[in-house]
Amino acid sequence: MDNSLLLQLITGSIIGLGAGYVGSFMVLRRMSLVGDALSHVALPGIAIALLFNFNPFFGAFATLLIAIFGIWLVEKKTELPSETLVGIFFTLSLAIGLLLTPEPELLEALFGDITQITKLDLVIVLVAVTTIFLVMRKISDNLMLGIISKELAQALKIPINKINFIFLFLVAVVVALGLKIAGTLLMGSLVIIPAAAAKNASVNLSQYTRLAVLFGAMSATAGLLLAHYLDITPGPTVVLTAGVFLGTLIFKK
Amino acid sequence: MISLNIAMSDNVLLKVENLDVKFDSDEVIKNLNFSVKQGDVLAIVGPNGAGKSVLFRALLDLIPYTGKVEWAKELKISYVPQKFAIDRELPLSVEEFLKFKKKGLDEIIRVLKSVGIGAEHKNDSDHYMRHVKQHVLNQRLGWLSGGQLQRVLIAWALLDDPDVLLFDEPTSGIDVGGEETIYSMLKKLHSERKLTMLLISHDLNIVYKYANNVLCLNKELICYGSPATALDSSALIKLYGDEAGFYKHENHHH
Repeated sequence: MDNSLLLQLITGSIIGLGAGYVGSFMVLRRMSLVGDALSHVALPGIAIALLFNFNPFFGAFATLLIAIFGIWLVEKKTELPSETLVGIFFTLSLAIGLLLTPEPELLEALFGDITQITKLDLVIVLVAVTTIFLVMRKISDNLMLGIISKELAQALKIPINKINFIFLFLVAVVVALGLKIAGTLLMGSLVIIPAAAAKNASVNLSQYTRLAVLFGAMSATAGLLLAHYLDITPGPTVVLTAGVFLGTLIFKK
Repeated sequence: MISLNIAMSDNVLLKVENLDVKFDSDEVIKNLNFSVKQGDVLAIVGPNGAGKSVLFRALLDLIPYTGKVEWAKELKISYVPQKFAIDRELPLSVEEFLKFKKKGLDEIIRVLKSVGIGAEHKNDSDHYMRHVKQHVLNQRLGWLSGGQLQRVLIAWALLDDPDVLLFDEPTSGIDVGGEETIYSMLKKLHSERKLTMLLISHDLNIVYKYANNVLCLNKELICYGSPATALDSSALIKLYGDEAGFYKHENHHH
């Protein structure tokens, strides 16, 4: 196994861990559709980064931040799911991104290209995912309470809006990280599918999050290996591998 | 308008004066005055949309209001909300839910016992533990029946060892027999723990049987006092319209 593949596998599986963890709560918050479309918002950010010659990760992260802030405001102000916002705003930004992104980089931006990954990327990923795990552990109880009953959480004086914002921030981080693997079109599914698969097979929360994390890392690893040996595009392969875990549906509780 | 002369004495836990709640320009609660003493079981009754749940939320400071809501100092207040639909698919076990309160398993078992969960096994403690673990703690919260969920929610509220319990009775989902046992369980908690209770109830028979005070609410105060005297026919008609006579009549059979 060459060094480049090893680097891909390590980086990819760490991103998979983070995606599984954050994704597990996105599914519980009924944000599957949001998660899926959210990654589209990254494209204009990547385009701007490419045009002005800085790291696309930061460009993507910036536009994702704007998007999650929008979701947060809508959730705070209304009881409505952020569906309409997603339907209109996120696809519009995809359209803008498609026009702005320079042609040669377009395919990479859309579907990701982890073969171009560097050691610096691994360091960024490692730091970011560790932070995600630490923060998620801290907020997950309160996040869950907010999901069960907003009233109950408020009665306990839990700062729901703050917790939600922190969570959505982590969503932006993990989606931005995953763009290297799955690209703007597919990263959302890498967040959602492992969690959806884990939900079928688990009775309690700790089982559920652990499985989602495991499925995330396994999809990334297996998908990247397959893509490497079959010489096919890694992004879609990783997402399809994640899809295999939906076979847990037969264990549905 | 009924006027009340409330003095904050030692055993008054809650004093409400001129409480007004508005949603936009819609007045939901108008000029409400009442007080709750330590050890009271106050039932709050009224038709749908009378502002009962809104009153609870105002008392808990969850919504904006004008007027005064004054609780005695250093009081632990627990709340069992009415709206509580748990998705069957939600991967959260009852044990995990109760552990959000950061209490140990012993404490959890103790409160589950006191809300009457697994009552038929409570004399054999090993057996009880196994039974409750298997049939309650390790189950998904969303798999519990309406009555069981209600008990678990009360257990959740009791884990804080509260001085006051606010209980918003669900309008549906619990069978009549189950409702009755939940109230006799609450009554027991009231006497064992000296728990002061505010109950929102839809069933006047429950009120006659378990409450020492009743507050009739229909956006404004309609009646207030002991159930036998306060719930007279004029109050009932103001609350429920003409069918009200039926409730009073039914009560005489008890």
